Amino acid sequence: MGSEGCTDETALVLALRAGDEAAFDALVTRHHGSMVRLARTFAKTDAVAEEVVQVAWLGVLAGIDRFEGRSTLRAWIARIVVNTAKKRAVRESRSVPFSSFDAPDSERAVDASRFYPADHALWPGHWQTPPEDWPEEALLTSETRAIAARAIADLPPAQRQALLLRDAEGLDAETICEELEITDGNLRVLLHRARSSVRRAIEEHLSGTNGGGS
Amino acid sequence: MTRALRGELECKEVVELISDYLEDALPLEERTTLEHHLVYCAGCATYARQLRDQRKAFSVDGARTITAAERAQLFSAFRKWKAGRPG
Repeated sequence: MGSEGCTDETALVLALRAGDEAAFDALVTRHHGSMVRLARTFAKTDAVAEEVVQVAWLGVLAGIDRFEGRSTLRAWIARIVVNTAKKRAVRESRSVPFSSFDAPDSERAVDASRFYPADHALWPGHWQTPPEDWPEEALLTSETRAIAARAIADLPPAQRQALLLRDAEGLDAETICEELEITDGNLRVLLHRARSSVRRAIEEHLSGTNGGGS
Repeated sequence: MTRALRGELECKEVVELISDYLEDALPLEERTTLEHHLVYCAGCATYARQLRDQRKAFSVDGARTITAAERAQLFSAFRKWKAGRPG
């Protein structure tokens, strides 16, 4: 992840082209982890993600002569991972197109029934049932984490990826857009939908266990 | 109090903007209106905190070190690749 010097990177690329195993070793050590994390955002299981990364490494080797250093090596490798994952998903027929940003129009961040109706005399469109604060510890319990993990797993693939890369991995928006080849606007829509869905799931869980809500 | 709310954002609209707000992606005017709303609306302030804080529950679990078997597989692929290269 960090900012390795580019001369170091260039040296590694040259050494790899020359067939230097130590250079390959260094690249694997440096990039394998983030490749797996990226692949995991596409794949349902860790096993599939690992497989995708194995294939992606073959792609890195096959393509290293064509790497021109116009992007960082990391971004270039990431693109190979993404392409490999997409090809794999296409083969597994049940996949949803990754570019599908269309969620049902009815999907709102918060259910409309939580707000006063538009014709309310004093508070149109304002909270009728406002959210209750979550104690910080509540977010850290294994139970809540499991709820979040399930909600994330249930998201449409593009939303899941955007959320994991931004909020779990903490990558900056620019890097994510570059890696997934989407626009800034697309990323924001995906994040908005994903975060809203996951928040609903966590809220449902926490208000249930705290005896609050409904 | 209600007079202060007129002409401002409704909570229903605010919740659709919070994610963009967290991304620092709102145009200045909209951001200012939203921040003003968050000052007086406890419900929306809570909502914004939740959307920001929920990521603490997103585990990035540790199993990302490569296993010996995977490493061996990679290096065998590497040697095959190397053997197939000219020169």
